[in-house]
Amino acid sequence: MSEKLNIEVPTMAELVARGEQPEILFWVGCAGSYDERAQKTTRDICKILHHVGIKYAVLGTEESCTGDPAKRAGNEFLFQMQAMTNIEILNGYDIKKIVTGCPHCFNTIKNEYPGLGGNYEVIHHTQLIQDLIAEGKLKAEGGESFKGKKITYHDPCYLGRANGVYEAPRKALEVLDAQLVEMKRCKSNGLCCGAGGAQMFKEPEKGNKDINIERIEEALETNPGIIAAGCPFCMTMLSDGVKMKDKSDEVQVLDIAEITARANGL
Amino acid sequence: MISQILFIAIIIAAVVLFSINVKKVIRNIRLGRDADRSDQPSKRLMTMLKVAFGQSKMVVRPIPAALHFVVYAGFVIINIEVLEIMIDGIFGTHRIFGGLGTLYNFLIGSFEILALGVWLACVIFLIRRNILKLKRFMASELEGWPKSDANYILFTEVLLMTAFLLMNAADAKLQTLGLSHYTAAGSFPVSQFLIPLLPDQPSVLIALERGCWWFHIIGILAFLNYLPYSKHFHILFAFPNTYYSNLEPKGEFTNMESVTNEVKAMLDPSFVPAEAAAGRFGAKDVNDLTWINLMNAYTCTECGRCTSVCPANITGKLLSPRKIMMDTRDRMEEVGKSLDQKGPGLEDGKSLIDNYITREEIWACTSCNACVEACPINIDPLAIITELRRYAVMEESQAPTSINTMLGNIENNGAPWKYSPADRFNWAKEN
Repeated sequence: MSEKLNIEVPTMAELVARGEQPEILFWVGCAGSYDERAQKTTRDICKILHHVGIKYAVLGTEESCTGDPAKRAGNEFLFQMQAMTNIEILNGYDIKKIVTGCPHCFNTIKNEYPGLGGNYEVIHHTQLIQDLIAEGKLKAEGGESFKGKKITYHDPCYLGRANGVYEAPRKALEVLDAQLVEMKRCKSNGLCCGAGGAQMFKEPEKGNKDINIERIEEALETNPGIIAAGCPFCMTMLSDGVKMKDKSDEVQVLDIAEITARANGL
Repeated sequence: MISQILFIAIIIAAVVLFSINVKKVIRNIRLGRDADRSDQPSKRLMTMLKVAFGQSKMVVRPIPAALHFVVYAGFVIINIEVLEIMIDGIFGTHRIFGGLGTLYNFLIGSFEILALGVWLACVIFLIRRNILKLKRFMASELEGWPKSDANYILFTEVLLMTAFLLMNAADAKLQTLGLSHYTAAGSFPVSQFLIPLLPDQPSVLIALERGCWWFHIIGILAFLNYLPYSKHFHILFAFPNTYYSNLEPKGEFTNMESVTNEVKAMLDPSFVPAEAAAGRFGAKDVNDLTWINLMNAYTCTECGRCTSVCPANITGKLLSPRKIMMDTRDRMEEVGKSLDQKGPGLEDGKSLIDNYITREEIWACTSCNACVEACPINIDPLAIITELRRYAVMEESQAPTSINTMLGNIENNGAPWKYSPADRFNWAKEN
């Protein structure tokens, strides 16, 4: 199952020491590195990369926050400090292509780093999975069957509206032969989980409801077995929502990478 | 002859007054900082044609989209009639284009059908606002003037269309009476049904026809001059606003150049910035925003599609993206008035932040871009919220405590939580 990591995760430092260069750098992100729930997704992304035999590496302890929450909170100084430090490391390793495990890192590196000297081809892990499926390198076999299971996908704002990536995560789910159901507010009309714009790190303002509850109620209306996520922050908000609604026994919140890994028995 | 002189005088007065007011509006917009949106002209033109001219973003809500399209098409097409009114008014002619024969009949006929459509659509809009009380139109920021503004616009359009149809009905009846001035011209598919309601005396009919003619043209000119005071300005600003709208991915926030220089100098002491940073970081007041932000505010027609999809607003928080735009315009008007009366150097102790937009509002935003996506004419409330946050954080160091903690963590640990950078790779070793 997807808990254990029996593979060695290569770091850039190790690769360079061996005089090698990866095909793709996996940018893990802070949530993926430290948040226990998100770590599972991180390990599953590594398993997928390993499984298909892509030569990849991570920065390990050389990675640092992209600066996204600082920028959304209005601290441009801190954002650019982080960005320039990261760019120095990435350029130092001559990185060309990056896959991120988080839509926020994805958006920041893809859109905001070029202006500061960091030019890379950046994709989100759901796009990588979609590509691998399209190339025939990844299927949904040898693992857990999702056939007929009801799955609803929650669009992360920074993947969907912010960057127009709506199809990749859905394509990644389509191979499962599951029953995909859309929430009322989906794709460009998707409702935020409530974590964006640095909300993740503070208490919400006074109101009559928490945003993740509003969202989870809508998700539960579809009667899903699984709520699929593509963002570690959405994962936290949605999982909390499911817990608050006492639905943890019936409804799982899983990242698309986790679902893919399970379907392939990784 | 007297009526021709009067007509020309009214036209000149209306155009002069409108130009003066538009100049003031442009001056107010220019209070904003520079922003370069001169790139990709063909893509910008396409965006304008698609979003403003083609109303592509309206279709999300089919009912108002259809009604709005009728009013929009009516406005654009019926205004061809204004050209004839102008010529008739200046030269004392009557239905100068009447000689076009069948084409003219077709045009007048289509104007009439559109006029009826506009009339009905505006009545339905009035019902939606005042009787059905749609949630979108009941928000607190609309109380008072904004609500009246909307009703005045719709009511005026109903009156204008009524006058247009009555004028045609009277004209049609006069044409059958064989008066020399009223030669047969036009077809009247709608107003023919009004004819039986009209009196038979030619003098009364002429008075009615002339009265409606003058009401129609003066009404249009008055309406034009009402625009600078109204949310209805969108009928003009929708075009430049979409042309200059953001073409980059919505998630991309601007990188502040002034900060880049300072950060580069910090990381590399030998770096010499090209020029010293000017002004403050972020926006405290309207003049700290860009001219795009300010044009956005004049463009907003307060439809509330942004607010109705805002996750913060939906869950009862104070934030309303529509209010952000309305506040920006109100403050800009206030600064503009002070410029008119007292010249530059306004020190009224007020600012956009705090006096108009509160901290509670700006910190409730999730930066999800739903408001930006929802706006039918590409207004960007998030850009203003971001600038206000930048001011609060970088100039004042005033952010919610937990935000400051998060920022401190990034600064010290390279992560928004209090974990050691040395532990960053532990996920690969554990379990």
